[in-house]
Amino acid sequence: MISVLLNISLVILALAMLACLYRLIQGPTRSDRIVALDTIGIHLLAVIAVLGMQQRTEDYIDMVLVIGILTFIGTAALARYIERDAVIEPGGDKLDR
Amino acid sequence: MNLIGELLIAILVLLGALLCGLGAFGLVRLPDVYLRSHAATKSATLGVLCVLAGAFLFFFFYIEVVSIKLLLGIVFVFITSPVAGHLNGRAAYRSGVPLWKGSVQDDLKPVLKKRETKQTDTQHKLE
Repeated sequence: MISVLLNISLVILALAMLACLYRLIQGPTRSDRIVALDTIGIHLLAVIAVLGMQQRTEDYIDMVLVIGILTFIGTAALARYIERDAVIEPGGDKLDR
Repeated sequence: MNLIGELLIAILVLLGALLCGLGAFGLVRLPDVYLRSHAATKSATLGVLCVLAGAFLFFFFYIEVVSIKLLLGIVFVFITSPVAGHLNGRAAYRSGVPLWKGSVQDDLKPVLKKRETKQTDTQHKLE
């Protein structure tokens, strides 16, 4: 029973990632694309957890942590780039709001 | 015991996948960056939390390990995902992405305007 259910979950997650890919290509602004990338990364975590359950091994769990950290850092850096036109400004933070 | 565990894992994993799908549907259908970010961030966070909790129970029941790394991943995703959504929304607002025309309230606009006038006042005093 549970392997069938894991397969169904994988299909739903793949469809969700396809929808995010549509938003990533179509999105009118850069912020839309960042939201779509962030959501793809988070769905990838769920896919990896389901794969680990399907193969009955816990070796994939390290990847959950690594992808979570990389997704957060990437989103934070891209949001900073959109806000200030630079990830790290040469003369320190000038936009003091 | 085993049957209850299996049922719990099944419900958690399927509910998590359905929530992820619902968030992606909102990401496609909603009209605005902010509304899309609302749909994507909240429901994807809850969905991934459900899937990871199901994985934790799965490893607990079937392989009989308590995976601390998985608990750490749950806590990390639960903390950082709303923060990332909020950072992205703030960046979108400050870079001038317009709100949807059906939006009725904009609380950040008067605050930013007040700060701007205060800054120009201090600049005049300095000059």
